[in-house]
Amino acid sequence: MEDDAPVIYGLEFQARALTPQTAETDAIRFLVGTQSLKYDNQIHIIDFDDENNIINKNVLLHQAGEIWHISASPADRGVLATCYNRASDSKVLTCAAVWRMPKELESGSHESPDDSSSTAQTLELLCHLDNTAHGNMACVVWEPMGDGKKIISLADNHILLWDLQESSSQAVLASSASLEGKGQLKFTSGRWSPHHNCTQVATANDTTLRGWDTRSMSQIYCIENAHGQLVRDLDFNPNKQYYLASCGDDCKVKFWDTRNVTEPVKTLEEHSHWVWNVRYNHSHDQLVLTGSSDSRVILSNMVSISSEPFGHLVDDDDISDQEDHRSEEKSKEPLQDNIIATYEEHEDSVYAVDWSSADPWLFASLSYDGRLVINRVPRALKYHILL
Amino acid sequence: MAPGSASSPSPSFPALRPWAAVGAMAAAAAAGPGPGSGPGDSPEGPEGEAPERRRKAHGMLKLYYGLSEGEAAGRPAGPDPLDPTDLNGAHFDPEVYLDKLRRECPLAQLMDSETDMVRQIRALDSDMQTLVYENYNKFISATDTIRKMKNDFRKMEDEMDRLATNMAVITDFSARISATLQDRHERITKLAGVHALLRKLQFLFELPSRLTKCVELGAYGQAVRYQGRAQAVLQQYQHLPSFRAIQDDCQVITARLAQQLRQRFREGGSGAPEQAECVELLLALGEPAEELCEEFLAHARGRLEEELRSLEAELGPSPPAPDVLEFTDHGGSGFVGGLCQVAAAYQELFAAQGPAGAERLAAFARELGSRYFALVERRLAQEQGGGDNSLLVRALDRFHRRLRAPGALLAAAGLAEAATEIVERVARERLGHHLQGLRAAFLGCLTDVRQALAAPRVAGKEGPGLAELLANVASSILSHIKASLAAVHLFTAKEVSFSNKPYFRGEFCSQGVREGLIVGFIRSMCQTAQSFCDSPGEKGGATPPALLLLLSRLCLDYETATISYILTLTDEQFLVQDQFPVTPVSTLCAEARETARRLLTHYVKVQGLVISQMLRKSVETRDWLSTLEPRNVRAVMKRVVEDTTAIDVQVGLLYEEGVRKAQSSDSSKRTFSVYSSSRQQGRYAPSYTPSAPMDTNLLSNIQKLFSERIDVFSPVEFNKVSVLTGIIKISLKTLLECVRLRTFGRFGLQQVQVDCHFLQLYLWRFVADEELVHLLLDEVVASAALRCPDPVPMEPSVVEVICERG
Repeated sequence: MEDDAPVIYGLEFQARALTPQTAETDAIRFLVGTQSLKYDNQIHIIDFDDENNIINKNVLLHQAGEIWHISASPADRGVLATCYNRASDSKVLTCAAVWRMPKELESGSHESPDDSSSTAQTLELLCHLDNTAHGNMACVVWEPMGDGKKIISLADNHILLWDLQESSSQAVLASSASLEGKGQLKFTSGRWSPHHNCTQVATANDTTLRGWDTRSMSQIYCIENAHGQLVRDLDFNPNKQYYLASCGDDCKVKFWDTRNVTEPVKTLEEHSHWVWNVRYNHSHDQLVLTGSSDSRVILSNMVSISSEPFGHLVDDDDISDQEDHRSEEKSKEPLQDNIIATYEEHEDSVYAVDWSSADPWLFASLSYDGRLVINRVPRALKYHILL
Repeated sequence: MAPGSASSPSPSFPALRPWAAVGAMAAAAAAGPGPGSGPGDSPEGPEGEAPERRRKAHGMLKLYYGLSEGEAAGRPAGPDPLDPTDLNGAHFDPEVYLDKLRRECPLAQLMDSETDMVRQIRALDSDMQTLVYENYNKFISATDTIRKMKNDFRKMEDEMDRLATNMAVITDFSARISATLQDRHERITKLAGVHALLRKLQFLFELPSRLTKCVELGAYGQAVRYQGRAQAVLQQYQHLPSFRAIQDDCQVITARLAQQLRQRFREGGSGAPEQAECVELLLALGEPAEELCEEFLAHARGRLEEELRSLEAELGPSPPAPDVLEFTDHGGSGFVGGLCQVAAAYQELFAAQGPAGAERLAAFARELGSRYFALVERRLAQEQGGGDNSLLVRALDRFHRRLRAPGALLAAAGLAEAATEIVERVARERLGHHLQGLRAAFLGCLTDVRQALAAPRVAGKEGPGLAELLANVASSILSHIKASLAAVHLFTAKEVSFSNKPYFRGEFCSQGVREGLIVGFIRSMCQTAQSFCDSPGEKGGATPPALLLLLSRLCLDYETATISYILTLTDEQFLVQDQFPVTPVSTLCAEARETARRLLTHYVKVQGLVISQMLRKSVETRDWLSTLEPRNVRAVMKRVVEDTTAIDVQVGLLYEEGVRKAQSSDSSKRTFSVYSSSRQQGRYAPSYTPSAPMDTNLLSNIQKLFSERIDVFSPVEFNKVSVLTGIIKISLKTLLECVRLRTFGRFGLQQVQVDCHFLQLYLWRFVADEELVHLLLDEVVASAALRCPDPVPMEPSVVEVICERG
């Protein structure tokens, strides 16, 4: 029952942007965007061979600028969106664009030679999300269930809903809303809810969480002072439609029920510095992953507020994943919220963590020094959840 | 020769055996009837010898009479009794013996034995003659004696016959006299009886008038006595008309008497003893006890209820309530005294009623008692808010003491227990009240501290008050605790009647005072203090940091000294001596320490946050790309250093310095040179050479491998250096993260360089390990360099000059 050792991959540049290839459900594939001011930035396509524990990578050049945020289309494996810095004279502007990767890389061709950065291929620009009127793009999120035609971008204090037309070669601003208030309001992060027919988006600015209805582009709820300090990230529970997790500079992770926003349902305080990322597991929402600038990644088991508070519930997708049924693992005592593991492989701040879209037991974390670590949920727990 | 020789172990000859036997028998016969002690008795040898000889003699007798072998075997070792050659043996056979002698012995020996035997025979013959002669003489004298006795008895018989005749005559005479006197005696007896009867009759006839007189005079007791005496007789002879008349008269009078008595009884104004007397008399008159009992109790109830009403009136809201002592005094003397009297009288009067009567009394006492208790409790409840324990304790003492007397009388009513319960309840409430008081005092102290902290200070006098405030708070809380202990201690004073109840000896001391009051207070203090850590308004910082610091120190002081002092004080005063488990000092200390630690950690967080926010705003709001060449250290950095210094002073007022790693006196210089020349060069040099983008990472990674991971929000220790280290760590980490989010121009980088150097110059002195500041600042500058498309660092000497200029 030895757990597999984590797999570590090093990038040459600093990096903050990480996303699984969302549309891919068979191969474990992550996209990492680098940050370098002096050299051409890259997007690394990291393929993980689960059986042999080997990483294969392909590098795409992203010459537009350093990447601050990356997100993959849920419908088309080859399409992704980035937010990048464009320096012009004494100005730095963060723009966003939708790109298409070369066809042969879509499904991760393994025969690509190692370290052939000289021959690295380039992304094909599909369209820019024009932000001249709106300011810096903080992030781009895709409609989670759709056909990859709708995206939302957050630019300073605006929330913009775009329609991608003509096979994504044109982005049309469908509607927008903006935050008005004292001082300079800036969105830091946003997520699109997979529930309610994908009509809800949640955003974070400063210490506040807000929910928006994408049809009317109006605010539907607001959690003031959700965190003591800046809210860094949030995520929707994929199985419970009103549940939402957020994290921030107060080192806490909070779980909210958006129907009652006065008090968090639960608060975790395990990190010793700002928590930059929080992610629910796509299938088993008791598994919550957080990454922090204390260089740690923490995997928590929030059973009590998950959609499976009593364990059990085997669905068909999961059965296919488990090779060996271990019946002796069955222990059905009531489950407790706890920390499953603290991963300390990183030596710099961890700015991004995410689950694989293909394997629900696998996740990647990325630290600023360019180290990508792929880890798995401990097997004991995996069997405990499945059996 | 003495007859003793018969039993002496003389060798006997077979032929002489019958002689020996006859001799022995003759001796016995002679010794038996002889009035004096015959000479045959005397020759008992000296003590030890006697049994031996007797046994031998017995043996021989037995042998002779052919007693069983078994018994014979008991003999001392001797010749084989079956041996036919034994002269003394039972189976002696002369022929065998002779044969044996002839066969075995030589002639000379035969001759010797022959002479020997002849000599023996001769001696035995003479012995026998002597014995026969002596015994014959004794027979003769015995016969004489018997004859003489016969004559004497005959004379005596004649005299006895004469006596019998005389006695018969006497008896005859006596009987005749009795017969003559009999008649007269009977008449006398009868006359005496008649006399007595007449006197009784006279009493009976006079009875009505006497009774009337008695009733008129009011001597009811006398009347009842007379009536009692006559009652039975009248009852018996009521079939005679004259007696019937008397009885009727009497009954009328008695009825009147009873009427009057009842009247008096009902009027009742004359007080309990007189009433008791009435009842006693009525009882003697044979009135039904049951009814009297009821009536008696009803009267008593009336009186006692009046007492209760007057007590209730005292309770009433409108008149100024007398103090509680007075109240219990009234209650004690009025109600309890009355109840006592009633109970005593009742028990005396209705003792005959048995358990049912006792039960009735108990129920009566219970009912009234509970009403009384309700009143007392109401009164005591009014007292709860008050501060004066001594008065309350005295009142309770009186209350309890008064109730012990009826308690003894009315054990079944359980009044004493109920009273004890009330006292216990009041004591418990008192404890609760004191606990509330202590909490309020603590909160009051905190409010005072807040006000003192919020008050506008004279410039430059940052916190001379802080240590003073701490001392004030500590001493004020301690004095409150002591006052409460002293107040509560009154409950256990020796002279207080309830202090020796098991509750006050055990539970009150340990569970009530020690656990409930003292431990409870310390716990609540810790909780209150901890609640400041959890305050949701983290951002606004509703709690002044100085208060956190002060509370932390307070808790720490409690942990080190005060808790054990207070508990020792309590244990001494209250001699906690029962088995209830009590919270050990160590647990409380651990709690206090944990509280202190949390408060201090929170303090670090709050202060760190203040500085972090400053740094963050300064980084976020500046346009680093188009900044000018740095000429100065930015003001915000000066502010940071100032604030840190202020915090240092503040913490220094309450916490000790703490240990820091060894450092040289010119530490800042040394580290500066290392930091800004060699290391700095080493770290950014590769970034000039475009060939090796890897090196930067490699170097920084290698460097990280060798430096320890910095836990930013790590728990702090209780000293100034640790606190300051925590705050600075948080601030610098924030700076680092913010710098990484920005893009810098050349001058922006240089500005960061200058700022970091400035911080380096001033912050090292505050932290435990200055290496930590270097590391973090290095990382800030390195990150800034990475975030700069055109990293041209400033000359270290220039940086130095700028920083020195301020």
